[in-house]
Amino acid sequence: MGGIPHDHYEPKSKATKAINSRLPIIGLLHDTLMIPTPKNLNWMWIWGIVLTFTLALQIITGIVLVMHYVPHVDMAFDSVEHIMRDVNGGHMIRYFHMNGASLFFVAVYAHIFRGLYYGSYKAPREITWIIGMLIYILMMGAGFMGYVLPWGQMSFHGTAVITGLFGAIPFVGESLQTLLLGAGAVGQPALNRFFSLHYLLPFIIAGLVIVHIWAFHTTGNNNPTGVEVRRTSKEDAAKDTLPFWPYFVIKDLFALAIILAVFMAVVGFMPNYLGHPDNYIPANALATPAHIVPEWYFLPFYAILRAFTADVWIVQIVNFLSFGIIDAKFFGVLAMFGAIVVMGLAPWLDTSSVRSGRYRPMFKWWFALLVIDFIVLMWVGARPAEYPYDLISLLGATYWFAYFLIILPVLGVIEKPLPQPATIEDDFNAHYGPKDGGSATTPAE
Amino acid sequence: MFRKLTLAAVLAVSASTAFAASEAHVEDYDFSFEGPFGSFDQNQLQRGLKIYTEICSACHGLELVAFRTLSDEGGPMLPEDQMRAYAEQYEVFDQALFDGEGDFRTAVPADRFPGSSLSGAPDLSLMAKARAGFHGPYGTGLNQLFKGMGGAEYIASLMTGYEDPPECAPDDMDGSYNSAFAAGGYPEECKYEDGSHKYPGSWIAMGQPLWGEDVDFDDGHANDLESEAMDVAAFLMWTAEPKMMARKQAGLTGVLFLVVLSVLLYLTNKRLWAPHKKKD
Amino acid sequence: MSQTDDHQGTRRDFIYYATAGAGAVVTGAAVWPLINQMNPSADVLALASIRVDISAVDPGTQITVLWQGKPVFIRNRTEEEIAEARAVDIDSLPDADANNENLGAVPATDENRSLDADGKWLVQMGVCTHLGCVPLGDEGDFGGWFCPCHGSHYDTAGRIRKGPAPRNLPVPVASFVDETTIQLG
Repeated sequence: MGGIPHDHYEPKSKATKAINSRLPIIGLLHDTLMIPTPKNLNWMWIWGIVLTFTLALQIITGIVLVMHYVPHVDMAFDSVEHIMRDVNGGHMIRYFHMNGASLFFVAVYAHIFRGLYYGSYKAPREITWIIGMLIYILMMGAGFMGYVLPWGQMSFHGTAVITGLFGAIPFVGESLQTLLLGAGAVGQPALNRFFSLHYLLPFIIAGLVIVHIWAFHTTGNNNPTGVEVRRTSKEDAAKDTLPFWPYFVIKDLFALAIILAVFMAVVGFMPNYLGHPDNYIPANALATPAHIVPEWYFLPFYAILRAFTADVWIVQIVNFLSFGIIDAKFFGVLAMFGAIVVMGLAPWLDTSSVRSGRYRPMFKWWFALLVIDFIVLMWVGARPAEYPYDLISLLGATYWFAYFLIILPVLGVIEKPLPQPATIEDDFNAHYGPKDGGSATTPAE
Repeated sequence: MFRKLTLAAVLAVSASTAFAASEAHVEDYDFSFEGPFGSFDQNQLQRGLKIYTEICSACHGLELVAFRTLSDEGGPMLPEDQMRAYAEQYEVFDQALFDGEGDFRTAVPADRFPGSSLSGAPDLSLMAKARAGFHGPYGTGLNQLFKGMGGAEYIASLMTGYEDPPECAPDDMDGSYNSAFAAGGYPEECKYEDGSHKYPGSWIAMGQPLWGEDVDFDDGHANDLESEAMDVAAFLMWTAEPKMMARKQAGLTGVLFLVVLSVLLYLTNKRLWAPHKKKD
Repeated sequence: MSQTDDHQGTRRDFIYYATAGAGAVVTGAAVWPLINQMNPSADVLALASIRVDISAVDPGTQITVLWQGKPVFIRNRTEEEIAEARAVDIDSLPDADANNENLGAVPATDENRSLDADGKWLVQMGVCTHLGCVPLGDEGDFGGWFCPCHGSHYDTAGRIRKGPAPRNLPVPVASFVDETTIQLG
């Protein structure tokens, strides 16, 4: 697998030679597990393992739940309660799956913002970043469709709202929405196909995860300095790296165990905290809940969707210029998907020659503001669409776009970066080296 | 910097469990099943069952709850024969009888409670999870981290929340005024100019079900309004979450196991990296 | 020098083994519920045993109840039926096993098939051992049951006497709860 020079697997025994000459699987697994990894990775580089674990957790608990779940409008709600009440240990398995979705998104947001801060998206890792964005979008799809399956009030009316987003697309919207639902309204066809797709998507995600890993194993990991591993010789590379096993596997498992202890406490002591009470009321087409609130992980983008109302001047201008084709509703939908698209375009929008935010004095503050913006958007996404929340979400949405479309390109030009360490080894020794040895530059972290 | 941001993100997560019902008063009652170590009070659940049977069941149902579970570990734990006798008070419709045309028969432990007999009276099986008593502050839902979701508190507050209607209300309002109920009708006369309410709560269709001393307990336990409200709320918490005790136990075991594993992994990690981190 | 090295080596090994062991325990504890969930759930188990009120079953009549999706015959036998069943020579029977789940492998005497010692109550599955039809009561050459599908004749103790069926009608797990109630399962 190209990239950093290191010793590749050489079969020694007769049996391994015979297997590896026919199917080089031992070599593949060995090289994947022993991949040289920058030795200065910090604790923000644990989320990949957490995500991989969570994907496995969701697939396994999901397969188990399907053994008892019935995707029928009359029986879905009852079958979930059957799992909660009668199936052996079913309540735990269901709560794991339900809160596992939240763990998944906590980890993926940490993972994404890690990438944004340390410039992991920059060349040559653009493909890793784009695949990651695809995984994230599929996760949102899987998360949404999974929330439909218990067929509670939020499931039902949330489905109506989300598929309504597609109905906002000019000309084809209405037929597209009908195509998605298989009927004029949410009902049995929608439940059945969402069940099918909810089962399918995780396996596509798993495939993309392999490609994601393949891509960054080819380019090598990024690291907190953003400085590349020396590739001049095997010896130089070995000074900057340590093999993934056991050094990073054990480190990541330690972090995973702590995160799972917290997760276990949530599942054991407050499993419904992140859910919505209305989803314990069976779906009823005749009564809409007072407030439709999506799951917490959709809230920032939900806030952006609602931010652009007909009285915002940019909406009015676009509406005028497009001869009324792009109305406020469609504008909101475009803004929501656009918010993810601009994030995916970050590799080409960021003009800075320096990768890591550690050595970018101005960038740091704008990035911190982006994180705060994300949290504020999450909060207003759960509030009613009224003053002052509408104003806050408009400001928040504006900053989100400004960060990617204006700040990232401009900062690269006007910012004067701090000196970076010459090598990863220097950075590592500055933290952990012998007292006399260390390098001169001491990073801020 | 990342550490601080992560912490902030964790707090923000709680923003999810939104809001509603900011304009109703829910009392934070102390229930025995609160907190990581709290457990159901078996006697309280049995009293709640009696109140449910004698009062609530006239209109409401519990169609997700099977009679057999009344004897389950972690629940009211009725002795087997009492549970069987309790089930026999009910009649259920059995499609298999009368050559497939169906007929009513006496209920057995494997059957479930009947559903609601009055249209408009919701089934109570999941009521304690389908309502949240605590929201805020500012719709962040952080209160629930400390007080719990508040489903049982909501039910108890609703039972004790029937009060004389405020003077501003017209005499012909439908339903009864209840200070804990947020989703009902509210007269224009009792709103301020900006639309906010002068008094908490709203008008609920259900007439006051409990007045105090509605039910006599064999052991002479207090049957004032508040005790009864708490008993029936605790019982409905059990019907909504019958596996709560098992869940907390599994959670505690899991947390302890993982903490031990974390400590061991920490030591392993430290030892593993020691040769490369020449700090001394 | 070598001594301290050894000592450190042992301690290091201990921590590695302890960690691996704890990891294995946690993994095992996580796997078991995933398998156990496939065992019968509480509602299925609740139906595995039912109670039948037999106070209205007069001598010489029988009731059929549905248990776990199959019919069960519960017959209150007359003195003549009992006497007839007990007079049969065991060696002449096609199936010499009582086929009684309460007892295991015992000879097919009438005493080994009836529920009570007097032989008044006979409880058996109403499924012909040939191809699964439901036999008719009070019929056939031996005054017991007759399966109309392929002509199997059972006697008053539910034992196969004539026809293609290979075995006696199975007696399910059953017991008296009180004088007028039988528990199946």
